[in-house]
Amino acid sequence: MTRLYRRRDVLATAAGGALLPLVPAQATPDTMAAAIKEVVGTAPLKPGKVKLDLPPLAENGNAVSVSVTVDNPMTEANHVRSIHLFAESNPLPNVVHVTLGPRAGRAFFATRMRLSTSQKVIAIAKLSDGTCWTDSAQIVVTLAACIEDL
Amino acid sequence: MARPLINVPAKAKKGEVVDIKILISHPMESGQRRDNSGQPIARDIINLLVCTYNDTEVFRAELFPAIAANPFLSFCTVATETGTLKFTWTDDHGTVDTATAPIEVT
Repeated sequence: MTRLYRRRDVLATAAGGALLPLVPAQATPDTMAAAIKEVVGTAPLKPGKVKLDLPPLAENGNAVSVSVTVDNPMTEANHVRSIHLFAESNPLPNVVHVTLGPRAGRAFFATRMRLSTSQKVIAIAKLSDGTCWTDSAQIVVTLAACIEDL
Repeated sequence: MARPLINVPAKAKKGEVVDIKILISHPMESGQRRDNSGQPIARDIINLLVCTYNDTEVFRAELFPAIAANPFLSFCTVATETGTLKFTWTDDHGTVDTATAPIEVT
């Protein structure tokens, strides 16, 4: 009997070990900081103006609805030039880079994204005067994207 | 290949801000998945979508593998004149596809 239990323990450990390499590579806060730096350069990030609309809990990480609204007029002199979305713990931190202009009328966009795990999502808006504004949201993901096999 | 679903109001008042929605049928293979034999599946996504309004660019989105399959995008534009909205998207193979939607401005 004791022998049987031991073998079971050994098998369980082996199976657990075999599963480890399937976990996808994760972006670290460092790689995200690098990705953000590539977009904003040296401009300081200020909280405000941007509103990132994200559900607090997503049952399916394969398609999470997200929308970004920037509280700023869209005139020739003062408009939102671009909006950038980043996910901290995805294999790649970049999600989407949107370029807008005064012809947009309203600084808004919505899409559906993949999330590999529960994490922080960051939206950054770059204005025509060069300032950068940011907002972030924490999301819990029940079923993660990018780990399923065919 | 990719077949889009586009939602643009048929009629709008001059100066009105209109909502535009586009859904393109595409697998958006992330390049992170493996098949049954453990081989990585090559990345295949739409990486760029541009919308022009009577040949003036009004919206551009650079997409990454973190965009869900069958990419959906919604944005706004000002109805300035009667004409067409043209959507152009490029995938990883360099294939360029276009779709148009008319808009009547009164």
